[in-house]
Amino acid sequence: MPNMQMTKTPVTEQDPKVRARNFKEVCLGYTEEEAKFEAQRCLNCKHRPCVSGCPVGVRIPDFIAKVAAGEFMEAYNIIKSTNSLPAISGRVCPQENQCEGKCVRGIKGEPVAIGRLERFCADYAMNHADEVEKVEKPQSNGHKVAVVGAGPSGLTCAGDLAKQGYDVTIFEAFHTAGGVLMYGIPEFRLPKAIVQKEIDNLKDLGVNVMTNMVIGKVLSIDELMKDGFEAVFVGSGAGLPRFMGIDGEALVGVYSANEYLTRINLMKAYLEDYETPIKKSKSVAVVGGGNVAMDAARSAMRLGAEHVYIVYRRSMDELPARKEEVHHAMEEGIEFMLLNNPTKIIGDENGNVCGIECIKMELGEPDESGRRRPVEIAGSEFVIDVDTVIMSIGTSPNPLIRSTTPGVEANKRGCLIVNEETNQTTKEGVYAGGDAVTGAATVILAMGAGKKAAASIDEYIKGKN
Amino acid sequence: MYKILKKKQLNDSITLMEIDAPFIAKKALAGQFIIYRVDEHGERIPLTIADYDREKGSITIIFQTIGASTKELAMLNEGDSILDVVGPLGVATEYGDVKRVAVVGGGVGCAIAYPQAKALHKMGVEVDLIAGFRSKDIVILEDEMAAVSTHFHLCTDDGSAGYHGFVTNKLKELIDGGAKFDEVIAIGPVPMMKFVCKTTEPYGIKTIVSLNPIMVDGTGMCGGCRVTVDGKIRYACVDGPDFDGHKVDFDELMRRNSTYKEQEKAHLCRLTGGVRNA
Repeated sequence: MPNMQMTKTPVTEQDPKVRARNFKEVCLGYTEEEAKFEAQRCLNCKHRPCVSGCPVGVRIPDFIAKVAAGEFMEAYNIIKSTNSLPAISGRVCPQENQCEGKCVRGIKGEPVAIGRLERFCADYAMNHADEVEKVEKPQSNGHKVAVVGAGPSGLTCAGDLAKQGYDVTIFEAFHTAGGVLMYGIPEFRLPKAIVQKEIDNLKDLGVNVMTNMVIGKVLSIDELMKDGFEAVFVGSGAGLPRFMGIDGEALVGVYSANEYLTRINLMKAYLEDYETPIKKSKSVAVVGGGNVAMDAARSAMRLGAEHVYIVYRRSMDELPARKEEVHHAMEEGIEFMLLNNPTKIIGDENGNVCGIECIKMELGEPDESGRRRPVEIAGSEFVIDVDTVIMSIGTSPNPLIRSTTPGVEANKRGCLIVNEETNQTTKEGVYAGGDAVTGAATVILAMGAGKKAAASIDEYIKGKN
Repeated sequence: MYKILKKKQLNDSITLMEIDAPFIAKKALAGQFIIYRVDEHGERIPLTIADYDREKGSITIIFQTIGASTKELAMLNEGDSILDVVGPLGVATEYGDVKRVAVVGGGVGCAIAYPQAKALHKMGVEVDLIAGFRSKDIVILEDEMAAVSTHFHLCTDDGSAGYHGFVTNKLKELIDGGAKFDEVIAIGPVPMMKFVCKTTEPYGIKTIVSLNPIMVDGTGMCGGCRVTVDGKIRYACVDGPDFDGHKVDFDELMRRNSTYKEQEKAHLCRLTGGVRNA
């Protein structure tokens, strides 16, 4: 008999006052009892709308049925058969727009907490490592594939190809694999030990990870192909930060969100015994309203800032960040300065940031994106006293790959052009996916693209031989 | 891991290391740099590639111990390894159609001026290498620099060796004395590069500087190294590190380079206090 409770089974979270000053994970996850209870809310419907909402095609009702029966390892194996990184997707997917957005239970109440259940299974497997069936390294099929970038799309593509016996090498520019999972998303949303565990699982499958390799500098894609790689997947992301182009952006105390988060997450600047420094700020303005802005703001708060402001030019309804993240940020004391746009950053005589001048906005007619266009209210400028400004207004793909690979074409936003069916670029044998193709998007869409490209690469290489 | 093949102390504070890095050695060109991270707790620090040996698969770095991370590196010995070395990064120096060039190096910057002079010398260009040091006892690479320059001008601030005075005085004397430089390349501390540019500007001599802002990734993904050149934001790690010195906002660069002054001091204290041993 299904559990007909209208709302999701609540999950334990760290108290907002406490967690606002530490980097430990906010959400503590379901217990076994809570997971079983929530799993019983699934109606196991025949047409499975939830599965169609999942970019990597997790067999959702099947794994949830196993959770309900208390067979957690079996549930994990079902997830794992189509999703290489469940501990990550269970934590950072915007499920409200994906699987949970399609759940039948969501029509007259809250949907089944699919994300929390997926995370529960992945964490259960990690905590019961001795029960996990040791993956046999697949028999090699003798074909070599190169993956450029070790972010979510590259890791997924590599995992899927390795399972089929391909000899896969990932080339990563940073000293650590993981991409945005390591340098972007903070520890309090996605513990780095979990990301590392998922990467180690891929290594067990035989995936070779070469760090400190900037493709386009140390080796070109053409050289990789000359070296015997029959296909290349480009998952180099969209890591090039944008600035606004206003006065004062070169002042001391102005960061891109990428720099701020890289120092904190990858370089562990928040820990005393790591050498990378970060500014200890009293008052911080984060410009932008996406998930990255929320991550930067909440990190600044954890570093001890007294005031952290989100400065966003539209209203609450248009905030692009996940509702859950906005809610968490508010609970932690982040102050939202909505309908405001920065006009300049003000510095003191030593060139340090001492304020940000903003102008008030009102919403006008909808623009081409369907969102109401913000319009300045003349003469409404005012100054917020801050000593740090973090620009989080978006990123675009790094031009390095396209500028060093003849034949690979990009659109005017710098995104690589691919065939939507196969994810092949304009160059034979070179595939691409994730943010390098779409511009900044989500982890799960990048994973979906990596999965699709892996299938196309398999078909391409089999067709050639 | 990147093994240290050779270590040589050039003076009390400047160390030369030859590092096993075959991928980098294969592609490196004058003007490019690497980023290293000495161990798991280390930060990422940029250093220019002073030399490379494509056959041996090694690169050479020359660095001055000025803070915790360079000190930790200097504490390593031949046979030890550095955890991470990534490169070659940045754009290689582009030499125009030049007949005579003045290469100006200041202090440890001479380690970078040297390969530039060497590259130009090989191309058959008449090279004036002007190398400046505070005093005689910290001079490095004297013979090497003399060997790759047509005219070698050693300068010391206190007059204890060579020309008595700053590199800018020497440069101005040469120009006023009739030396026709098609280009000047300046590498050293930011104030030195700024004053070289001030010296050449009235004469309209094209002056290239190799900028050294704070960096994190070195691949263009954070903008920490941004500098203002000709009124525009440029990323030194991908657009540079070489720029037209007459268009660089040096004062801004100096300010930005002092962002972490206090924390840098604290790190060095922790290191020398023996809290962490490399």
